[in-house]
Amino acid sequence: MKKEKTVTEKTVKKKDGKGIAFYLKRDWQLYVLLLIPFLLVIIFKFLPLAGLSIAFLDYKPIKGFAGSEFIGLEVFEKVFKSRDFYIALKNTLLLNILDLLVGFPAPVILAILLNEIRCKWFKRTTQTILYLPHFLSWVIIAGLAYQLFAPLSGYVNVLITRMGGNTIPFLTEKYHWVVMYVLIGVWQGMGWGTIIYLAAITGIDAELYEAATVDGAGRWRKIWNITLPCLKSTIIVMLIMSLGRIMGSSLERPYTLSNPMVTQFSDVIATYVYRVGLQNSQYNVATAVGFFQSLVGVVLVLIADRVAKLMGEDGIV
Amino acid sequence: MASKKIRRSIGDNIADVLIYAFIALVAIVCIIPFIHVAAMSISGDADVYANNVFLIPKHLNLNAYRTVLGDPSMMHSLVFTVILTVVFTILGMMVTIFSAYALSRPKLKGRHVLSTIFLMTMYFSAGTIPDYMLMDTLNLLDTAAVLVLPLIFSAYNMIILRTFMQNSIPDSLIEAAELDGCDDFRILFQVVLPLSKSVLATLALFYAVGRWNSFTDALYFIQSDTLKPLQLKLYNLVNASGSTGALAQEAGGGQQQAAEVVKSATIMFATLPIVIIYPFVQKYFVTGVMIGAVKG
Repeated sequence: MKKEKTVTEKTVKKKDGKGIAFYLKRDWQLYVLLLIPFLLVIIFKFLPLAGLSIAFLDYKPIKGFAGSEFIGLEVFEKVFKSRDFYIALKNTLLLNILDLLVGFPAPVILAILLNEIRCKWFKRTTQTILYLPHFLSWVIIAGLAYQLFAPLSGYVNVLITRMGGNTIPFLTEKYHWVVMYVLIGVWQGMGWGTIIYLAAITGIDAELYEAATVDGAGRWRKIWNITLPCLKSTIIVMLIMSLGRIMGSSLERPYTLSNPMVTQFSDVIATYVYRVGLQNSQYNVATAVGFFQSLVGVVLVLIADRVAKLMGEDGIV
Repeated sequence: MASKKIRRSIGDNIADVLIYAFIALVAIVCIIPFIHVAAMSISGDADVYANNVFLIPKHLNLNAYRTVLGDPSMMHSLVFTVILTVVFTILGMMVTIFSAYALSRPKLKGRHVLSTIFLMTMYFSAGTIPDYMLMDTLNLLDTAAVLVLPLIFSAYNMIILRTFMQNSIPDSLIEAAELDGCDDFRILFQVVLPLSKSVLATLALFYAVGRWNSFTDALYFIQSDTLKPLQLKLYNLVNASGSTGALAQEAGGGQQQAAEVVKSATIMFATLPIVIIYPFVQKYFVTGVMIGAVKG
């Protein structure tokens, strides 16, 4: 009886619109649970934002924040005049766009084909193998790539030479390297990317296929007229999200796959920031570049979200 | 009817053969690099040097693994990385569970604002240098903590778990527990968590694999050799004798082929833990990714 009473009491109080103290007292356990995650987020995600001020200072590590002079947008001017920055920006966009063109359709096609497979063990085995590259580090992938495609000792070139061909500089000539960069990315992400489409395909009403079969539709017609239209919204959301990330750049893939002979294409914003900032200690320049990239990135994500919502999809933010 | 069925199945069979062949081909392409490196790692130096090893090892021996395992700094790195991964996974799961559960409760006042604060972190980052400056200020540079604390909270993992808790655990169950006088801690540990095992397994896998594989943070923040995770060690090793060194050397036909076998063994050494654990958890993570995909 006593318990019931307190429960009704609480609901009444809630409707009264009690102050924060009331909720803190009632749900203190939930707030305690949130405390550590909240502190982590504040310290490691929000606090670094203060460091962005370096981009506006004549910052020297020895002088520290206090001793550095405010110089407005001078650093940004310097960055936008730098040739290396444009190369890094161009490469970031180039590699991301190529990734999108080749890497985006691959999982869709693979998922549709996987869905056509009836043999259970075959499907399970191939899926296990196809997901595997996603779980490998870029260090390992780069190691595997160089073992296979190195100019002389790489096995692929060994085979080519034995068959009387000339070696192909897969990873040591810049245009070949770009192609390999994209293909290795497809290799790594294609299988994993199918999961979301396979999930969407599972959600398609089986009656649609039955009705189509009765109407005499063949396999390709069913793919074209049922599977693809049902995947449309998933594809659109994934595409928009990918477009929102077109300015993004992570260090590991270009850094591990790169070599001195291809830096003209492999130097992206992440590697540029690492080199200029942490290796050459030009903190303000690297911060300004990172700031610019984040800003454009956030704007692109917001635009992508808005577009998705305009098209009647769920959006991502 | 019967004849029609047969006729269709002939066309279907051809398509089937093509589809099976294509999928098999893609799967083979995915697995061949491993088999190649695995074969090299257990072959004789001379055979690898002469490029005679593709998928089948020759002059089977485990010398390269003995070299790798006999290298004290490699073993140290392995032990360090295993401990690091375990600690990282446990702490990561704790903050994910705590935040996801609290934010999954509709009664939580300020839930919307708090969720937004957590989720915002997915879409921006201050950048490498501000992160570096912060670690410097907090005296975390070149410590093991810098490889744990900044990354244990993942908004993406939190969403997966929160979505699961909201959608798959009936409200009535939690309400019943509340009426029985359970406080939130007990509801979490005795009602919610036992029902979330599969998604918890998925997230633990994501955390463990993520920590095991990444080396960017170590590259930025770690100087001491003793604190370098296996992947960074591997990168230095493969890169020193691999891409940069070897490519220049290969023009002159250098004699660094003997290292190939050891290199292969090192790559296998860093990959095996994942390859071994992976098939067992596979059935879980598909569910997990699908839950995550609902929200994106």
